[in-house]
Amino acid sequence: MLIIDCPYCGKRPEIEFSYGGEAHIARPLDPAALNDEEWAAFLYARTNPKGLHAERWRHARGCGRFFNAVRDTVSDFFVTTYKTGEARPDATKKASA
Amino acid sequence: MVDLISARRLPLADVPPLAATALSMAPLLPQARFVLRARPAAQAAIGQALGVALPTLVCRANVAGNRAALWLGPDEWLVLLLLPDGGAETLPAAFAVAAEGAPYSLVDISHRQSGLSLSGPQAATVLNTGCALDLDLAAFPVGMCTRTLLGKADITLWRTSETTFHIEAWRSFLPYVWQFLQEAAREFLV
Repeated sequence: MLIIDCPYCGKRPEIEFSYGGEAHIARPLDPAALNDEEWAAFLYARTNPKGLHAERWRHARGCGRFFNAVRDTVSDFFVTTYKTGEARPDATKKASA
Repeated sequence: MVDLISARRLPLADVPPLAATALSMAPLLPQARFVLRARPAAQAAIGQALGVALPTLVCRANVAGNRAALWLGPDEWLVLLLLPDGGAETLPAAFAVAAEGAPYSLVDISHRQSGLSLSGPQAATVLNTGCALDLDLAAFPVGMCTRTLLGKADITLWRTSETTFHIEAWRSFLPYVWQFLQEAAREFLV
């Protein structure tokens, strides 16, 4: 079973977690000022990378908190996890190690 | 609320307790339970009003007398009154006075969930048939508590001694949890 390192609780089995989509997507401060294309881009456009991907996860069956993780979408390897609100860490070194 | 607690019908009212040398399992007495969420500003005062300091260590429980505070999340605790000590109806008012206006949330969940006690040298083995956590004493020491999964049910698991676990689940899940553990325990009951 995949082990995910919750930044609050530590290493826990994968089944306790739920996926929350791409991380670091800020909601526009004034949605009314956006045109349809910009609003659609905020709602639907995602980077969908092959490789390292910063994404939100929730420890739904544990502490219940959201956090962010950098995962390799090719190997499903969790490079690092960090608390919501923190900047995306430079994870490239850990991935190659 | 307390009169309702003593009058209500428990979800495991009809099951006979399981008792063997390897393992015993019994429903817990009716208890008052609260979920508390509070920021650091209110935590110390509320702990004092409760009589149990709120644990700040991850996944740890503090017990004093009949009262226990279990860490559920960074700002969330499960407050248990382990025996019907009559303090349940005065607790919300005592917290409100102690917090002095600092925001917090206290929800009475006495009727939402109930508990059972699982003990014996094989307790951890039986739990591990449906729970993926490492329950070795080094990884899950006495006093550790956490929400997790047992089979398909959300449970709160609390190790109260080396061979005893306190398990909480929502009342509609309790018969499932009980039967799951009973099934898992079959090989130790011969």
